[in-house]
Amino acid sequence: MFLLIWLVIMLEKQIIHPFRGAFTLFKKEIMRFWRVSFQTVAAPVMTALLYLLVFSHVLSRNVQVYEGVGYTQFLIPGLIMMSVLQNAFANSSSSIIQSKVMGNIVFLLLTPITYTEFFLAFLAASIFRGLVVGICIYLVSIVFIDLPIAHPGFVLMFGLLGSALLGTFGIIAGIWADKFDQMAAFQNFIIMPLSFLSGVFYSIHSLPPFWKTVSHFNPFFYMIDGFRYGFFGMGDISPYFSLSIVLLSFLVLSWFTLILLKSGYKLRG
Amino acid sequence: MIPAINIQDIHKHFGALQALKGINLSIEQGEFFALLGPNGAGKSTLINLMAGLLRPTSGTISVMGHDVQRGYRQARQSLGVVPQELVFDPFFNVREMLRFQAGYFGRGSENDSWVDEIIESLGLADKASTNMRRLSGGMKRRALIAQALAHKPPVIVLDEPTAGVDVELRQIMWEFIKRLNREGHTIILTTHYLEEAEILCSRVAVMKKGEVVALDSTVNLLKSIPGKSLRLKIKESFLPESLRHMIRNQEESVYTLSLIDVTQIEFILSELRKSNISIEDMKLLEADLEDVFVDLVGDHA
Repeated sequence: MFLLIWLVIMLEKQIIHPFRGAFTLFKKEIMRFWRVSFQTVAAPVMTALLYLLVFSHVLSRNVQVYEGVGYTQFLIPGLIMMSVLQNAFANSSSSIIQSKVMGNIVFLLLTPITYTEFFLAFLAASIFRGLVVGICIYLVSIVFIDLPIAHPGFVLMFGLLGSALLGTFGIIAGIWADKFDQMAAFQNFIIMPLSFLSGVFYSIHSLPPFWKTVSHFNPFFYMIDGFRYGFFGMGDISPYFSLSIVLLSFLVLSWFTLILLKSGYKLRG
Repeated sequence: MIPAINIQDIHKHFGALQALKGINLSIEQGEFFALLGPNGAGKSTLINLMAGLLRPTSGTISVMGHDVQRGYRQARQSLGVVPQELVFDPFFNVREMLRFQAGYFGRGSENDSWVDEIIESLGLADKASTNMRRLSGGMKRRALIAQALAHKPPVIVLDEPTAGVDVELRQIMWEFIKRLNREGHTIILTTHYLEEAEILCSRVAVMKKGEVVALDSTVNLLKSIPGKSLRLKIKESFLPESLRHMIRNQEESVYTLSLIDVTQIEFILSELRKSNISIEDMKLLEADLEDVFVDLVGDHA
């Protein structure tokens, strides 16, 4: 982490030259979402808080998932992670599709930035936005609810890997989609169902056996459960197993994305 | 000296369509070169191949000695491309965008004075802090040129830069581009305005249906059109049979006749006299690039 911060400072001061191209792209991506931070940060924080308000009001008296953990407390890590994932996806996917539709992606394709640098810059910006949104939701929540973190290492690892996985997924979606309509389909028919059915609002132990089995095929389930383990030290399955699944998914998806970028699919004819 | 652009046997197919059919072309450093041809001739495809936006089916292209595929990083460092469409990033203002663009090429704050210079030279100083979305079409076009120049490339390609641009802006643009050429930059442009190519460019390639059909200095191409032509305005609307084979163009009673030799004028006049046709106006015309162009890519060619 410190190494990363040091690297960013050195690049910003322009002491390191070789990665300037990729760093500029990363910086531009950060500035892009920051320019519209009402839409990209404030809005998702607001949405998460509304979920929290409604669900905790309706269910807090009836549901207790873990021993000694109130439902509202249980809900917050899931909501944070869901927002982290959705925003990491939105950042890379919307930036790429927008510049494809506007045509200004050509200015990026004309540069000596390599496909690996392209990938890393979009990935880092997605992680950044995911984490900014996540931290904001956490900070607002703890004003109202006591929420200690049992294992900060797990929280950080799942936060980083989860946003990296979805950021990568966003890059694939951005490259693949030709129209905003296709991107909306991606968001509403893949990302939303996967995140809603991942155990954000419930523990999968409360599900009928069939749906419990189905949940195990949902990668979002592992990210949410592992992230939540970081807060309470309790989860539906082992955090190490979840971490392995998430890490493996990230590596496979990154490898696929790099192949896609190298081939020039939909970007270079 | 290494050529600025070296194109060897480039083929590009899009499915069954053969967009380029074996192009060979070498452009020297410091040249002001024009790529002419009707729509669909393959000019933009060729430019996109130089820029690495497209990959060739076969053949190689190098920019300043760097292969655009194997040595793409160096090749792209050497090349600045002004795209045909008015594309822009709606999130940033002109100066921010130019600094980002230079940054993508590894240029940092040491490059800022160059960015300011382009902003100044292209008359963008008032608009430097204006969001790209708020610029007029002409201003967007200037910003587009500035963006291609942000990393100070030795080779500059302009794809139809003056399409839809007013006279004043065209003047500013060409003054600036001529200056860049004087300072040693190689300039390659595609244009529909043949007059522009004739005045600015020292060498011209004419493309037609994916092939280069003519490649020569502008002077030589002009010479290749046999002689001059004679424009006649006559009272009657028909010419004697003996002159009909010379007609290049006719608009009502104004005829343009091709001359192989100036002495043919004597023959024309005597033929007209014989048929009792009186002349209202007469003008001897030098061949221009448009004649060459029509000759090469016209339907009869």
